[in-house]
Amino acid sequence: MAKLSLSELHEIRSREERNLKKRDIHGRSVHVVVAMGTSGIDAGAKLTLNTIADDVEKLGLENVIITQTGSAAPNPEPVVEVYSPQSGLVVYGSVDKEAAHRIVSEHLRDGRIVDDLRIEIKTKEQ
Amino acid sequence: MGFRNYILVCGGTGCESSRSDQIYHALIDEAEAQGVADQVQVIKTGCFGFCEQGPIVKILPEDSFYVQVKPEDAKELIAEHVIKGREVTRLLYNKAPRKAYEEVEDIGFYKKQQRIVLRNCGSIDPENIDEYIAAVGYKALEKVLFEMTPDDVIAELKTAGLRGRGGAGFPTWMKWNFTKQENNPVKYVVCNADEGDPGAYMDRSTLEGDPHSVLEAMTICGKTVGAHQGFIYIRAEYPLAIHRLEVAMKQAREYGLLGKDILGSGFDYDIEIRLGAGAFVCGEETALLQSIEGHRGMPKPRPPFPASKGLWGKPTVINNVETWANVAQIINNGGEWFASIGTPDSHGTKVFALTGKICNSGLVEVPMGTTLREIVYDIGGGIAHGKKFKAVQTGGPSGGVITEENLDTPIDFGGLQKIGSMMGSGGMIVMDEDDCIVDVAKFYLNFTVDESCGKCAPCRIGGKSLCNILEKITQGKGEEKDIEQIQQIAHAMRIGSLCALGQTAPNPVLSSLRYFPEEYEAHIVDKKCPSGKCKKLISYEINPSKCIGCTACARKCPVGAISGEVKHPHKINGNVCIKCGVCKETCKFSAIEIH
Ligand SMILES: Cc1cc2nc3c(=O)[nH]c(=O)nc-3n(C[C@H](O)[C@H](O)[C@H](O)COP(=O)(O)O)c2cc1C
Ligand code: SF4
Ligand code: SF4
Ligand code: FES
Repeated sequence: MAKLSLSELHEIRSREERNLKKRDIHGRSVHVVVAMGTSGIDAGAKLTLNTIADDVEKLGLENVIITQTGSAAPNPEPVVEVYSPQSGLVVYGSVDKEAAHRIVSEHLRDGRIVDDLRIEIKTKEQ
Repeated sequence: MGFRNYILVCGGTGCESSRSDQIYHALIDEAEAQGVADQVQVIKTGCFGFCEQGPIVKILPEDSFYVQVKPEDAKELIAEHVIKGREVTRLLYNKAPRKAYEEVEDIGFYKKQQRIVLRNCGSIDPENIDEYIAAVGYKALEKVLFEMTPDDVIAELKTAGLRGRGGAGFPTWMKWNFTKQENNPVKYVVCNADEGDPGAYMDRSTLEGDPHSVLEAMTICGKTVGAHQGFIYIRAEYPLAIHRLEVAMKQAREYGLLGKDILGSGFDYDIEIRLGAGAFVCGEETALLQSIEGHRGMPKPRPPFPASKGLWGKPTVINNVETWANVAQIINNGGEWFASIGTPDSHGTKVFALTGKICNSGLVEVPMGTTLREIVYDIGGGIAHGKKFKAVQTGGPSGGVITEENLDTPIDFGGLQKIGSMMGSGGMIVMDEDDCIVDVAKFYLNFTVDESCGKCAPCRIGGKSLCNILEKITQGKGEEKDIEQIQQIAHAMRIGSLCALGQTAPNPVLSSLRYFPEEYEAHIVDKKCPSGKCKKLISYEINPSKCIGCTACARKCPVGAISGEVKHPHKINGNVCIKCGVCKETCKFSAIEIH
């Protein structure tokens, strides 16, 4: 390792800061949950999850937390839940790769619910 | 693709001693074996503070807080949590999975805490300088090297009102300023990491979890006062902290954050580690400096103060680990920010090592002014095993007890002094109804007598006499005049001892006398120990109306002191009984009582 100049120190800081920020979950208000039960995975939930994660990273959406759940989801799978303080809880069904792109850019980035992908569910216990 | 999950494994001394290192490697191996190595990053951090429940593993972004994890659990954590997204409920602290989109909320232990000193402990990898840099590390040093004058730095510390965390609470800016004003080409900076207070481990955890915060602060001080060499005096019993410091210093040197021409500023500075043998008196600053110089660690009269004549007679700034750990934050966020936290008397936070009869023992950092009640009940979860609170000892062997009536006193330097205790370094030992106050005072006195360097007669002889008196009292041979004698000896030690070890050694006795006079009286006059601790003052007896004659106790008694026929009340022969308490534990009918 070479001795750092001031600008090299800044470079390390901004590069590493981005990585460290990903671990900091406080104050991140938008939660995306991908249902990854056995049937969900069969229906392609893995691709859905990866697509969403990649897009969120690409667009630099820093207040989004993506998690997965293993519990059973309503049909049609793959199912993705988005929760934000503005839109409340929204559930999307049949989320393939294309749908995943749209959820990220329309709902997560622009704050518009993607109505045609939305599915109604009987009041899930919250 | 980035990582999906981050697994933080506690690498503090507490958790490492319960195999967290194996957990760390098992998690990495399992992630590999189950094909998700590219999706999870496993990071070993410093202490989370919740050592009682260790080893701790935290998985992000779900913020799942797993406790008492074993290496064998790694497989399930990867398979269930990481791959299937299902929290492993049985390992969760609160045993209940959180709804996925519920607000991330801290568990009770962390709710009232505010982390400045421990800000990076449990969140970054202390052996990776890049993570420290990412967490705003070395930014304060940058500021000090390129944007601030030494006077600016001192003014900022003055505004902050930072007071030394090693015990005495002396304003840090004044110390730095004295040394800065000395006209001497050679000056030194010293970090006091001796931490001799029984039960305390705040400094150890800080060094283990965030070593760079201390290195950065010492470098800032060097630049401010005009020193080019720092020393960290640390006890050899802290191998993990020493290791982390060595790694941190090596990485800092490689980056040129220590050494010649730091960041191209032209400023040279380096730090060395000096190992202490772990004598309590070597934590006293003049004794510590003697020890660094290679002499026997004995206190010297002050003045001259180290700030003007310290290490090898040169002006020396000496601060405690926790004091150092505040400095970079103050430079980054400003003195005003720091001054806005805490009480008018004491700004900022204080780290305490909470131990004893408490549910959640561990490391807590709270704003000054937090009450003891909040620490014991809200953070500590109250007294263990449903027992009754009796007192808390703060300030270690130099401090005193805080009782029920003072539980709501805001904790700061002045507040603790007013009620006869002191801040000390931050050890906090909780006592319950089973603890005998005379016995506790005896424990601390024995400690200081053992640790006295023997230089001054009042400390050496007075301490021993106090011990003897207390021993006599716990043996049931106390006399009424003993109390008066304690006061006299204490007074002589206070005025006649050279260093604070001797001056403050009587504090635990005096303070317990002040708050529990009736307990001393019970020992001396009635020859009874109300908490049943002093063996000479108690007897085990069987209550004949409760005893059903099951013979269980008689079979367990190691000395055959219990006699009686089956189905008839038993009896204990007091002359034979060694008061081991086994019978009481054995009896299912609570027939055995302490008198
Ligand atoms: C007997 C005795 C033991 C001490 N032990 C320590 C110690 O372990 N760590 C510490 O930082 N200060 C200890 N001190 C206080 C130091 O003398 C000194 O005040 C302190 O290092 C100054 O740093 P600060 O201003 O940052 O608190 C001790 C003092 C006495 C009298
Ligand atoms: S007061 Fe005690 S420990 Fe301190 S210098 Fe004197 S003898 Fe040594
Ligand atoms: S206290 Fe111990 S020695 Fe005494 S009677 Fe009970 S079991 Fe025996
Ligand atoms: S050592 Fe792991 S929580 Fe303290």
